[in-house]
Amino acid sequence: MLNKIVKNADEAIQDISDGAVLMLGGFGLCGIPENCIAALVRKGVKNLTCISNNAGVDDFGIGLMLKTRQVKKMISSYVGENAEFERQLLSGELEVELIPQGTLATRCMAAGYGMPAIFTPAGVGTEVAQGKEVREFNGKQYLLEHAFNADFAIVKAWKGDTHGNLIFRATSRNFNPLMAMAGKITIAEVEELVPAGELDPDMIHTPGIYVNRIFQGVNYEKRIEQVTTRLKD
Amino acid sequence: MLDKFGIAKRIAQELRDGYYVNLGIGIPTLVANYVPEGMEVILQSENGLLGIGPFPYADEVDADLINAGKQTVTTTKGSSFFDSAMSFGMIRSGRVDLTVLGAMEVADNGDIANWKIPGKMVKGMGGAMDLVASAKNIIVAMQHVNKAGESKLLAKCTLPITGLGCVEKVVTELGVFDITPEGFRCVEYAPGVTLDYIKEKTLGRLVIADDVKQMVIG
Repeated sequence: MLNKIVKNADEAIQDISDGAVLMLGGFGLCGIPENCIAALVRKGVKNLTCISNNAGVDDFGIGLMLKTRQVKKMISSYVGENAEFERQLLSGELEVELIPQGTLATRCMAAGYGMPAIFTPAGVGTEVAQGKEVREFNGKQYLLEHAFNADFAIVKAWKGDTHGNLIFRATSRNFNPLMAMAGKITIAEVEELVPAGELDPDMIHTPGIYVNRIFQGVNYEKRIEQVTTRLKD
Repeated sequence: MLDKFGIAKRIAQELRDGYYVNLGIGIPTLVANYVPEGMEVILQSENGLLGIGPFPYADEVDADLINAGKQTVTTTKGSSFFDSAMSFGMIRSGRVDLTVLGAMEVADNGDIANWKIPGKMVKGMGGAMDLVASAKNIIVAMQHVNKAGESKLLAKCTLPITGLGCVEKVVTELGVFDITPEGFRCVEYAPGVTLDYIKEKTLGRLVIADDVKQMVIG
């Protein structure tokens, strides 16, 4: 019998230990696993490598783990909007590998599809290409980029069921389904957990086979980085 | 001389009916405000949305619905959502008809630098390196000179490169410049700007098109 349900974030991450390599879903603060990040801060694990498109902001998202100096290395594509991050980077306390956003996504995808590497044109002729194999196909140059190898993938979904099937909502999908496929162990926190059979199989974004642990999160803040609105006529 | 809205209006003249377009952060985002009447243009946001709508009304704000600049947006009729790998799949496989992005420097061979100032600013490349490596039609929207008054149109980029030989066209407050084997070719100059002034403010190779004309901004 499938048994993927865990009580809460603390139980979900209890075996994540110092030095672990984590993938964390989200783009900016949109679709981030808020509950698990809070639990990692409570647990106090250190020397983490975090693969995530962004590093949160000073007081939310992965920024919370930077403040407590739990992160040894970030692998990201864009890290602006975070003063503490910038300080740790410039002082050399934090190791940072910046890679193109599409490369980040595709290296997750490759891991989830069981492929060791991919070729992409992004970064040819730039710092990103240093030390990487370049191969020409049809007259154009491509970089060899390896699939990620992460101990845990931690993702946030809108709805999930007891079999671990996941549905994401709007642009909070972003990296979440890719990372869900790519971790050795995948942890999913969801806004609403329902019994297997309640979700329409045609609507599933991530099949439950990729998900090892699932729980319904609590107290989602879903903070917005830039609230932009227009006025009613 | 144009302001940033003028630059956006001029770039909007490059839009065509049915285009899929990716607009970068800053001046490029403004282009969306000047889509010509009656034209259907579908905006791609690389965080996973085709069909970006206007900013939401205050009571419609949705934390799950943002653009690549992390601003709250809405959808339009016919919008779709997708994951980040598919988003860059559509970029890499050449489905996006036009890409507009900002830059710190552009070289006269089409090289672009826009992601890092060593020792000063490290924000990362985001999706820019993927876009410039694959997009077939790339327009740069930027100021002609930096804050120190130095040309950003150069013979060779001095900052770390984002992509090689990829820019097709540059639109600045001074004019419109096509990237050609002869360097920047000035095809239009902004109202109130002389060609001599453009020559003075351009460090890369510059040729003036035989049929150069004054820009017309609606």
